[in-house]
Amino acid sequence: MNYLEIKDLRAQIEDKEILRGLNLTIPKGEVHAIMGPNGSGKSTLSKVLAGHEDYEVTSGSAILDGEEILGMKPDAISRLGLFLAFQYPLEVPGVSIANFIRAALQGRLAENETIDAVGYYKDLYGCMDELGIDRKFTSRSVNEGFSGGEKKRCEILQMAMLKPKYCILDETDSGLDIDALKIVAKGVNQMRNPDRGILVITHYQRLLEYIIPDKVHVMWEGGIALTGGKELALELEAKGYDWVREELVA
Amino acid sequence: MIQPTQIDIDRDKGNFRYETDYQYDAGVGLREEVVQYISEVKGEDEWVRDYRLKALKTFYRKPMPTHWATKDLENIHFDKIRYYLAKGQKPSRTWEDVPDDVKETFERLGIPEQERKFLAGVEAQFDSEAAYSRMKVELEKEGVIFVGSSDGLKDHPEIFRKWFGKVIPASDNKFSALNSAVFSGGSFIYVPPGVKLAQPLQAYFRINAENFGQFERTLIIADEGAELTYMEGCTAPKFETATLHSAVVELVAMRGAKIQYITVQNWSNNVFNLVTKRAMAHEESEVRWIDCNIGSRLTMKYPGVILKGRKARGEVLSIALANDGQHQDTGAKMVHAADETTSNIIAKSISIGKGRSSYRGLVQIPGHLSNCRNNTECDALLINANSRTDTYPAITVRGNGNAVQHEASVSKLNAEQIFYMRQRGLTEAEAVSLSVNGFVNDLIREFPMEYSVELKRLIDMEMEGSVG
Ligand SMILES: Nc1ncnc2c1ncn2[C@@H]1O[C@H](COP(=O)(O)OP(=O)(O)OP(=O)(O)O)[C@@H](O)[C@H]1O
Ligand SMILES: [Mg+2]
Repeated sequence: MNYLEIKDLRAQIEDKEILRGLNLTIPKGEVHAIMGPNGSGKSTLSKVLAGHEDYEVTSGSAILDGEEILGMKPDAISRLGLFLAFQYPLEVPGVSIANFIRAALQGRLAENETIDAVGYYKDLYGCMDELGIDRKFTSRSVNEGFSGGEKKRCEILQMAMLKPKYCILDETDSGLDIDALKIVAKGVNQMRNPDRGILVITHYQRLLEYIIPDKVHVMWEGGIALTGGKELALELEAKGYDWVREELVA
Repeated sequence: MIQPTQIDIDRDKGNFRYETDYQYDAGVGLREEVVQYISEVKGEDEWVRDYRLKALKTFYRKPMPTHWATKDLENIHFDKIRYYLAKGQKPSRTWEDVPDDVKETFERLGIPEQERKFLAGVEAQFDSEAAYSRMKVELEKEGVIFVGSSDGLKDHPEIFRKWFGKVIPASDNKFSALNSAVFSGGSFIYVPPGVKLAQPLQAYFRINAENFGQFERTLIIADEGAELTYMEGCTAPKFETATLHSAVVELVAMRGAKIQYITVQNWSNNVFNLVTKRAMAHEESEVRWIDCNIGSRLTMKYPGVILKGRKARGEVLSIALANDGQHQDTGAKMVHAADETTSNIIAKSISIGKGRSSYRGLVQIPGHLSNCRNNTECDALLINANSRTDTYPAITVRGNGNAVQHEASVSKLNAEQIFYMRQRGLTEAEAVSLSVNGFVNDLIREFPMEYSVELKRLIDMEMEGSVG
C-alpha cells in the first residue's frame, strides 16, 4: 500500500512515444532522484503521473497507495496526494498566492467544512518564513512577475501547505542561487518523513548534497536505465552521459 | 374590473403568460395612437405628449445603425412589440410552473423569497413598500426627490423639465428616439445642493412591473456639491418576457457634485438590450459609471460623460460577459469639452464558447483645450476556442497639452494554466472560475462590497455550465 509504483509505463504525444516501458517504485519514507539528459522524458513522466490530458497512456500502470491513478483527472490525483512542483510554474493573473492555496485546501475539505482563516494564515506565514519568502507575497498574483527563483520557492510553499503523500520536484533547483538552493533543500528535508515519498528530478548533483537521496535513477530514452545509491550521481557528474550510453551498449 | 384576455407575450418562452387588464394595454405595434394612448393613460402634460410624438417621428426617420453595428439588429420586429403594458398586470404563472433550475439559481444566489416570485414572473409586484416608505421619509427631510419618471415630469416640472432630453436628445440615435416616444418607468432623482447621500439609492426599492419595464427613463440631477450613488438592476437572472429593452439614462452633475451609477444586469438569452446612458459633468464634478453586463442576446451600451466644466472627471468601469449565443457590444464615450478634464475607462470582457464581446470606445479632446487626460484600458479574456472579441477604439486627441494613454490586451485562458491549477486540486470548473475572477478582480474591487460578492458568485455560476 505504501508505494507509488509505476510499471511498464508507455505514453505518447502526437504519436511520438516518449515513455517506453518505464518501471519505478517510490516507497513512502524515501527520497529518490532522477537524472537524465535533456529530452529523455523526465518532465513527461511527471506530467503523465499528474494526469495531463495531452499525453496518451498506451500501457502500464501507476499505483498510488493501492489506487490506479492513470486515467484519473488531474485534480483527483492531486487530492489523492500527489504533488508536482513544475519545472516551469505557470502564472495565474489576478489570483493571490493566499487565495490560490486556500482554494486548493478548501477543495480538499468536505462540502460543509470551511478553512479557519486565522489558523490558515498562521500556517501560511510560518511556511513563508521558513522558506525566506517575504510575507508581502501573499497578496501577489501567483507567479506573475516572479523571478525564476521566486517561482520555485513558491512551488515549495504550496507543497508545504498541501502536505502531499508523494512529491515530484521537477528541476526545482534550476535557476536558484546558492542561498535559495539551501533554503529550498531545507524545505524539502523538513518534509521528509516516513509517510511521504519524494522524487526529485535534477541535472545537478549539487542539490543531492543537500537532499541526500536514498536512490538515484538515470533516465534514458523514456525508461529507467540505471539505478544506484547517491554515489551514482557523483559518478554521472564525473563521467557524463556518454558513459551511460556505453554501459547500456555493453 | 374589465374582462381579462389571455395574451402571449413571447412565443419563444410560451410558458410565460399574462392576463392583462386591457384598459391599460397599448396593443401591438408602434403607431401614433399608441404614443397618444400611453401619454393619456399616464395623464401627462401636453408638452410631454408633444415631446413623445416628435420623438416618434424622429424614430421613423432614423435608420438602423447596421452600417457599424451588428446585423442582428435587423431581427427586431418593431411591429410585433407591445410598447406599453399595464401596471398591476397579473401573471398566471405559479411558483410550481417555475423551472427547477431557475429555482435553484435563486436559491444559490440567496435571493429573498419575496423577490424570487417577482423575478420569476409569478408576481407582478415586489412588495417593498415598507422599505421604500421608510427611506422616502428620510430622503424628504433632506429635500431629495426620488420618484418615477411620469411623476417627476408631472409633479416637479420646474426641476426636471430643464434637463429632460438635454443630455441625450431624442434624436441622438434610433433607440433614444424610441425610448423618448414610449418611455415608462425608471427613476427621476434630484439631490439638492450640498446633500451627500451616504446610502445608495436603489431602483430596487421601487420595483414593480413598470419599473422594470422595457423602456425605462431615468434622469438624475445632483445639484452643486451633492453626492449620490444609484444602483440599478440586480445579479438575479431576470426571466424576461419582452425581448426589446431600450432605456435612456441621463445624469447631470452640477458644479462639484459626485454621481456614481452602478448597473448589474443579468439578462436572459432572448433580450435585445439597447441602452443610451450619458452624463453631463460640470465644473469639478465627478461622474462614474460602473456597468456590469451579463447575458442577453445583444447588448449595445456605451455609457458616456460630457466633461463640460473645468476639472470635471468622468469614469467608466465595465465588465461584460458573453456566453454562447450572446453578443456584448459595450464601451464608453468621453467627450472632453473643458480644460483640465480627466477621464478613465477600464473595460474588461469575457467571452465564452461562441460568445462575442466588442469594445467600442470614443475619446475626444479638441485642440483648443489644455491639460486634459484620458486613460483607457481594455482587456479581453477568451475562454474556449470559438469565442471572439473585437476592439474599436476611436480616439481623437488634438492639442499639445493633452495626454492619452491606451492599453488593450487579449488573453486566452491557457490550458497549461488550468492544468497547473488542477494539479493543486481545483476542479476544472473551479480553476476556470478562479482565473476569470482573477481577470476581473482589480475592477470588482471598485464595486460596493455587496455587489462584488454577488458578482463573483454570479460569474462562478456562469462559468460552471461552460466547462467540463
Ligand atoms: N507537447 C509535445 N509535443 C511534442 N513533443 C513533445 C511534447 N512534449 C514533450 N515532447 C517531447 O518529449 C521529449 C521529452 O520531453 P521532456 O520534457 O519530458 O524531457 P525532459 O527529460 O524533461 O528534458 P529536460 O531535461 O530538458 O527538462 C522531448 O523530445 C520533447 O520534445
Ligand atoms: Mg524537463
